[in-house]
Amino acid sequence: MTDSETGVQDAGFDDWLDAAEEGAAYYLECPEGHGSLPPRRVCPDCGSTDLEEVQLPETGVVETFTVTHVPTPAFEDDAPYATAVADFGPVSLTGQVVGIDLEGIETGLEVELEITVSETTGERVIGFSPV
Amino acid sequence: MSNVRVAGVGLTPFGNTPERTGRDLFAEASIKAFEDSGVPRDDVDALLYGNFMGELSEHQGHQGPLMAEAAGIQAPATRYESACASSGTAVRDAVMRVRNGEDDVVLVGGAERMTNLGTAGATEALAIAADDLWEVRAGTTFPGAYALMAQAYFDEFGGEHEDLAHIAVKNHENALTNDKAQYQRAIEVSDVLEAPQVSSPLGLYDACPISDGAAAVVLTSEEYAAEHDLDAPVAITGTGQGGDRMALHDREHLARSPAAREAGTEAYADAGVDAADVDLAEVHDCFTIAEVLALEALDLEPIGEGITAARDGRTTADGETPINLSGGLKAKGHPVGATGASQIAEVAKLLAGTHPNSSAVEDATTGVAHNAGGTVASATVHVLEVTE
Ligand SMILES: [Zn+2]
Repeated sequence: MTDSETGVQDAGFDDWLDAAEEGAAYYLECPEGHGSLPPRRVCPDCGSTDLEEVQLPETGVVETFTVTHVPTPAFEDDAPYATAVADFGPVSLTGQVVGIDLEGIETGLEVELEITVSETTGERVIGFSPV
Repeated sequence: MSNVRVAGVGLTPFGNTPERTGRDLFAEASIKAFEDSGVPRDDVDALLYGNFMGELSEHQGHQGPLMAEAAGIQAPATRYESACASSGTAVRDAVMRVRNGEDDVVLVGGAERMTNLGTAGATEALAIAADDLWEVRAGTTFPGAYALMAQAYFDEFGGEHEDLAHIAVKNHENALTNDKAQYQRAIEVSDVLEAPQVSSPLGLYDACPISDGAAAVVLTSEEYAAEHDLDAPVAITGTGQGGDRMALHDREHLARSPAAREAGTEAYADAGVDAADVDLAEVHDCFTIAEVLALEALDLEPIGEGITAARDGRTTADGETPINLSGGLKAKGHPVGATGASQIAEVAKLLAGTHPNSSAVEDATTGVAHNAGGTVASATVHVLEVTE
């Protein structure tokens, strides 16, 4: 996580969160069309170093989810919470599902990206909210 | 190329011994392995040692030389870290060293001290096997990641929690005769279904415990074993390793383990066997769903059918291919860095006829050990065979 004492950020990752908060989330695309997430210099699929930032599709679909009752200490006050893998097309992301009852979450749910914060640490967290 | 013999194995009890240091655990396992092998410490050419969370649990890096010292050997030592597959990876490299003639005798093993961290601390430590930026910071835990795979499996192939419960029941049953096991206690399907949820659909009894423990194995070349008249009837005849993208969301299939398939395919080919030859296996059941994914990756069950293997008795002690006769990670315990080497120890004893559960597999000649790291971004598979 961001070092709260020094304020040092993770280049690439925190920049992505900044962009996502402004509704400008992106993924990286190589000439072959493989999608990946930053920080990254080389396409993990084909080795291309020609990576371009491309706008992330507006909506994704929940591929799988879980409700976690036993968290790591960084999410102690957040539990129970739902995490999901959502498919945005060129890339999939892991995030917390917000804005819906835990019982209402199901595979196939259409979601959009919403950067939220941990109730425990105040750190930014990738979130998904139903469209 | 030399066949690699399992000359001796040693295990500590697996369980809840928070005060015991990693060096003390590994020393005990190594003493037992040397006693079992009859190989003098002076003959060891190298120590390959698996450990995952020593920096977090003991504030200890650079564990190779520390563990060589603990074991009383003067050979160079290297630590292997590949999450829960740490010592499986060490075993693979040990096998290759002996095969290529570089070394005649290798001590390979691993240890993990975990319970001193408490449940929250151990949960945090285990989570570092996932991608910190893109998974852990979204709240992924180790059980949570396997829960995502379990839910994906149910959605793709069907099955329900009760099917998984039969895996836990089977592995607890198998551990009843294993006096090193963390849980020597029979459980019922209803215990699993009624246990508190950890990460839906998985509950407390779907998960392996947090464990302290160590394992050590003395491997020698066939020539060394013959020259020294060792009682070492079991050989490691196949080794394989597979890899995958680090984060679960970057995988093509959320309910399959291609890294384990890659490792298994390579190990089977290396040994010149196929899945039909396998008489028994120790697979990496850190969670009940993990056993299902392992069986399918190893072609011991067709894709989408592994979920019913325990329930329908195909993998129980009296079944066609008994799985995890030691109790598996689920009941035997999972001291992460020790697990891969402990699986080699269990399979070797089962095949040699010296395991309490050997009577379940009297005519067995071929066994498999499957060790997986994280959500199977890394995996090793070894084939062991009776040679004489
Ligand atoms: Zn590419």
